[in-house]
Amino acid sequence: MSRSALVNWLLVLAVVVIAAVPLVFIGSDTEFGGADGLAVEQIEADHPGYEPWFTPVFQPEAETASTLFALQAAVGAGFLGYLFGTLNTRRRLARPAAVADAQPDDRA
Amino acid sequence: MHIAEGYLPPLHAAAWTVAAAPFVVHGARAVVRQVREDPDTKLLLGAAGAFAFVLSALKIPSVTGSSSHPTGTGLGAILFRPPVMALLGTIVLLFQALLIAHGGITTLGANAFSMAIVGPWVAYGVFVLVGKLGGGLSVGVFLAASLADLATYSTTSVQLALAYPDAASGVLGSIVKFGAIFSITQIPLAVCEGLLTVLIVRLLVKVSPAELLRLGVLRRPATTPAPQEA
Repeated sequence: MSRSALVNWLLVLAVVVIAAVPLVFIGSDTEFGGADGLAVEQIEADHPGYEPWFTPVFQPEAETASTLFALQAAVGAGFLGYLFGTLNTRRRLARPAAVADAQPDDRA
Repeated sequence: MHIAEGYLPPLHAAAWTVAAAPFVVHGARAVVRQVREDPDTKLLLGAAGAFAFVLSALKIPSVTGSSSHPTGTGLGAILFRPPVMALLGTIVLLFQALLIAHGGITTLGANAFSMAIVGPWVAYGVFVLVGKLGGGLSVGVFLAASLADLATYSTTSVQLALAYPDAASGVLGSIVKFGAIFSITQIPLAVCEGLLTVLIVRLLVKVSPAELLRLGVLRRPATTPAPQEA
């Protein structure tokens, strides 16, 4: 593995660790509710009479909402993958003479 | 950082919409100009949009026992300057407001102001500053993206505090209260966002060095691997 690839994997690992630490150490009985929702609770606690004056036009159920969140991530990630593939291919085609030289570097 | 639908009083909602609108319109023009003047960067522009789209969908647990999400707007601000992200970030927010009931139409102006305007400008400012101070690309990208993330959430805290001042301690007390909900949850997530943005910039440097040089993100072509290096 090249040094560059190693650094990239370490970056991924660091993100996974930061995300996993709260799950492991705070305990599985914590709900990890969204901070956005906590803000709403805070508002309602301070202003018990407050009624939202507008409600979402389309409000999916919790299960559906998590599917849509996953879909958002998947669509974005798929598009990112496509873009990286295209950029990489374009770079290779733009330097046909260098491709043969660059390949050993990619395998390293 | 999404302020839920209907939770900003009408006057505040209108004021933030009026404040955000010119930035978004200017951003739309900036996107059109970018595509026309340098069509080769279209793919990078797509990558900047897709990155914000992915990151704002990731709910990551935090040490406070709640969860929150990154914003992903630092990358595009560094690559294309902040106006471009004013449009792309607002599109992401609109998608979430309409389809996931996350955020809202009435709060779109306020959410766009924090995530698509304040965040990107902080990212860009920090990136330029680190460059001037002689910091490397990765350091600049990390600080830019993570501070932009924190700035976004701090802005949300101020927006909520202005709408809901504390009965005893006023707006300032309320900033502290909402800041405790948002900003502290957000610190580890801002670090995550910084690391992920560094990762994607490293990958972009590999596949698209010429465009990054032209955009001024890279200052010298030294990062292109020399063929004889292998």
